[in-house]
Amino acid sequence: MIVLPIIFQFVAGTILLFFWQKTTLQKFLSILFSIIGLGISIWLFLLVWENGIMITQSGDWKAPFGISFVADTFGVTMVLLSSISGLAVSIFSAGSMRKERLEFGFFPILHFLIMGLQGAFLTGDIFNLYVWFEVVIISSFVLLTLGGKKQQLEGALKYVSLNLLASSLFLIGIGFIYGLTGSLNMADVAIKLDNLQNRGLVSVTSGIFLVAFGIKSAIFPMYFWLPASYHTPPPAVSAIFAGLLTKLGIYAMLRTFTLMFGGDEFMGDIMVILAALTILSGGLGALLQQNMGKIFGYLIVCHIGFLIAGLGMYTELAIMGTVFYLIHDIIVKTNLFMVSGLILKINGTQDIRELGGMYKNFPIISLLMAIPLFSLVGIPPLSGFWAKIFLIQAGLQTQDYVLIGFIVLGSFLTLWVIARLWSEVFWKNGVYLPKKASGLYFSQMTKADQWLMVFPIVLLSGISLYIGFGAENIIILSQRISTELMDPSGYIEAVLGLKTMTP
Amino acid sequence: MEILLVIIIGLLHAGGLYMLLRRSMFKMIIGLILLGNGANLLIFLLGRLVKGHPPVIEDGMKVFADIYADPVPQALVLTAIVIGFGLQSFAIILIKRVYNVLHTDDLDELNSTDEEI
Repeated sequence: MIVLPIIFQFVAGTILLFFWQKTTLQKFLSILFSIIGLGISIWLFLLVWENGIMITQSGDWKAPFGISFVADTFGVTMVLLSSISGLAVSIFSAGSMRKERLEFGFFPILHFLIMGLQGAFLTGDIFNLYVWFEVVIISSFVLLTLGGKKQQLEGALKYVSLNLLASSLFLIGIGFIYGLTGSLNMADVAIKLDNLQNRGLVSVTSGIFLVAFGIKSAIFPMYFWLPASYHTPPPAVSAIFAGLLTKLGIYAMLRTFTLMFGGDEFMGDIMVILAALTILSGGLGALLQQNMGKIFGYLIVCHIGFLIAGLGMYTELAIMGTVFYLIHDIIVKTNLFMVSGLILKINGTQDIRELGGMYKNFPIISLLMAIPLFSLVGIPPLSGFWAKIFLIQAGLQTQDYVLIGFIVLGSFLTLWVIARLWSEVFWKNGVYLPKKASGLYFSQMTKADQWLMVFPIVLLSGISLYIGFGAENIIILSQRISTELMDPSGYIEAVLGLKTMTP
Repeated sequence: MEILLVIIIGLLHAGGLYMLLRRSMFKMIIGLILLGNGANLLIFLLGRLVKGHPPVIEDGMKVFADIYADPVPQALVLTAIVIGFGLQSFAIILIKRVYNVLHTDDLDELNSTDEEI
């Protein structure tokens, strides 16, 4: 029952495979499937919101033996967010993606990618999580290399090799977990790890997981693949990567470090240090760059630091701040790359020194773009503000004053970057740019295609505004998630069937 | 047997890491393959090796009377091998494409993504 979103995305991708060359039909079907997928996710979300954690045991094998799928509030929230981003990217790519890329199966792979993500969010088995990770990265490899330009191939090589390394580290970690506990079900592992005497081995295992997920989510010493590869594919692809792939690493970290390695002091301290350095290096990196895609790439790294910071502090308030930030970040980052894609389509370049005069020529689109840009900074009523408030409040509680300093510094650096971007791209007088031959410009596109590019930005900006102005609802949601994460006994009981609950 | 496997795993990991640190793309992919195989053997080892006791219940018995080999690590390793195989073949094709486009095998020359555009 709760695997319905996964099965649906699989069916959608498979159906799209049958229409390999018919790109117009593919566009229509992909948008339709994404809307239905979003509907299913909303339904599942409401169901879990009403009934609490729901379980499906695959093949009806009892919990520690079979693979269980667990839909708790955190999981279904992530599924919902991934559906929203998927819908937005599907619409955006229908408008902007070139025909050569569509003919090589862009849409089927997009649906397989979303299937992998939703599978990872819903599984309750650590090895199954690894399998979903692989589904995600193989799809992302294909999306990244689709088109085969020189830069793309170079970026992809860096991305592929580091991700393969992370995968084998993850596998080693799973081997350790199995050796220590003899189980793979995360709830079962949690109980058995708790009773283990040899804490040193548990710490080492959690360290391996930290490195493996750290590479995937681009935290401080392991982030170099991200700015080298994220600006190379078309902006629609970057958008889904930015919104969801690094966040998958964060999701896995939140899940394993709250459930399995709950509250390890030493790891918490390491995470806080890494978070501070991630914020600093991402923010400074973004300041140095002139290409918009790269600026946003470094900003992803910077804001991953905020997410790790909350996890490192490990109090209920901090986790709540992290979850709120995660919800805000997925929507905003997806939107940002679509904004950069639209600017690229309008002007033919992403170099901010050459750009200019956006506000003069496209005032309404510019105001629209202002919403994600300033949400990212966290100007008070907008969405980024609330998340940072909770993180800073949590820091005051645990007296991590240095970390608070870094969070404020990170916000300030983001503000600086966005202000520079705004004045260079939107306010500066535009210069005449010679038009390049490749690709259609925004002004040459049909009205329908133009709307297909602008509409997802409107949609995601609307959601950003809702997160900002309707913050009390999101606060209730993230409070419930953080309570569930910090006290995993409900999760464990539900999975192992100590308290029977049938879907 | 365990000691032998431990040594092999150590060698695979050491060799894999050494290859990863070289500048050649081709050696990098060999390093990744060695690391992957090392990880697979590690799961096998950590799942406890049992010799001559298949995970099959004998005739006329309801439960295992004797010690038996755990089938789960074997299933895990099999899955991991298949997945790893797919990823590695993708990476090999990617490297061939990169070589065809850039005419170099040296990772230090792959720096156009870091240049200003």
